[in-house]
Amino acid sequence: MTPASFPARGLADRLTTLFWRHPRILLVLLLTPPLLWLGVVYLGSLAALLLQSFYALDSFSGLIVPEFTLKTYAQLFTQSNLSIILRTLLMASAVTAASTIIAFPIAYYAARYAKGRLKAAFYLGVMLPLWSSYLVKVYAFKLILAKEGIVTWIATSTHTDWLLTGALSLPYVGGNSLATSYLGTFTVFCYVWLPYMILPMQAALERVPTSMLEAAADLGATARQTFWTVTMPLALPGIIAGSIFTFSLTLGDYIIPQIIGNSASYIGMAVYQLQGTAGNVPLAAAFAVVPILIMLLYLTLARKAGAFDAL
Amino acid sequence: MRSDSSLALKITASLGLLFLHLPILLIFLYAFTTEERSFAFPPPGLTTQWIAVAWNRADIWPPLILSLKVAALATVLALVLGTLISAAMSGAKFWGRDQLSLLIVLPIALPGVITGIALRAAIPMLHLDFSALTIVLGHATFCIVIVYNNAVARFRRLSGGILEASADLGANAFQTFRHILMPNLGTALLAGGMLAFALSFDEVIVTTFTAGVGAASKTLPIWMLDELIRPRQRPVTNVVAMVVFAMTFLPILAAYYLTRDGTETAGTGK
Repeated sequence: MTPASFPARGLADRLTTLFWRHPRILLVLLLTPPLLWLGVVYLGSLAALLLQSFYALDSFSGLIVPEFTLKTYAQLFTQSNLSIILRTLLMASAVTAASTIIAFPIAYYAARYAKGRLKAAFYLGVMLPLWSSYLVKVYAFKLILAKEGIVTWIATSTHTDWLLTGALSLPYVGGNSLATSYLGTFTVFCYVWLPYMILPMQAALERVPTSMLEAAADLGATARQTFWTVTMPLALPGIIAGSIFTFSLTLGDYIIPQIIGNSASYIGMAVYQLQGTAGNVPLAAAFAVVPILIMLLYLTLARKAGAFDAL
Repeated sequence: MRSDSSLALKITASLGLLFLHLPILLIFLYAFTTEERSFAFPPPGLTTQWIAVAWNRADIWPPLILSLKVAALATVLALVLGTLISAAMSGAKFWGRDQLSLLIVLPIALPGVITGIALRAAIPMLHLDFSALTIVLGHATFCIVIVYNNAVARFRRLSGGILEASADLGANAFQTFRHILMPNLGTALLAGGMLAFALSFDEVIVTTFTAGVGAASKTLPIWMLDELIRPRQRPVTNVVAMVVFAMTFLPILAAYYLTRDGTETAGTGK
């Protein structure tokens, strides 16, 4: 009688037997290269960042003193640095709120009414801007918001220039032109992060069962009541999931306010400038820890609200 | 329950979609304007001369080629590492699995500036110089998750039965990998690779932190950023922007068509 298994013919067969008998060995082999990469390159870098933030720059020599100190963190609490952090937080909140409002009709229509080809078109219509070049999108707005650009032209030809002038003469948010005001920076942020809000929102709205909406209608709820008491609570985790992206991306961005804005500084810009021209890596590192802490807090709150199931 | 949407919803949804798409179209229009010094709208005239001018500009080709090289290398690294993790994650449960899944998404969950400054702080500590290779290092780190997302979804759909069937029929692990796993994973990996390529080709934030000085590590996005801050021939920048747009647009479209019949369409998350 011959055995039911094939005899091992070479190294490959013997390794197969080894993997079959000891699945752990295969697992270790599979995980070692990526863990080395993510663990060493990425986590190692984050650790280096954290370490650097506890160093300080010697004010006389301009060299980094590799000794533990909290001096660098204390510098974050100076008036100008605090206002950078506050400005970034305000911008991130405003952008998140506005993105939610602009995204909602698109996500709602795509989830509820679009079928077949129209649905595919909606999906591509959101996905392509999401993935297409970030820099090209920012550049497009440099063209649009320029003083001689299309916004001014539309305002002049539709005789609504009073609206534009009015918006620009608003205290604080206005400015010389849209390209050099908070309004401009805000518009570009909304534009660039909008798809990140739409996709999770749409996914959450699609999961709202139609039967529940019918039940609400059967029980006599008006469309408005159904919306606020059934649809919204069920879609909220998706909205929070989207807000994680819009908030986090605005917190860290430094290209947009550098190209379109009134040269007011944001956390990302501070990080970039401090490590570059100033050579103050410790303070840059301390600045970078701020969005990490804010996002950890945000993620903890979002997790409590069930947003992770909507991702 | 009404099955028709209200007019207001239709209008706001359409306006939202227009808001997403019109700005990109303007880039194309401005590539053909005769006005060189400002962004005047409407353009005073139209010309195709800028394509030829851009083609003959010697400072555009090296960044373009470098970007292609960096994106290709980062994609290959991400494909290997991303596939390995997805294979491990789709198999047995093991200790630290949840922590590992968090670690994989961290490079794109945290703002790019964090990944950038972290690498900036770490690389000199290892006595490495900033160069084109350190750009690849940074890009591969956040491209892994893109490949992983696509591959792990396909693994989930793939029934374990066919791998066992292959083993029962006498195939060894490598034969199963070559003849069963690869053909099944193929399109998911191709889609993931294309998205990773598009992401790397266009990346600017991490790149500014990990690039060396000088022309040897100037990628096309860095070139564009320079032009944005200090504009020279504006329509030429528009021509380059069109190229960058096409280089990211086409892989994404391809990735979508490769995976659209599955339940796990590529590109739902970035």
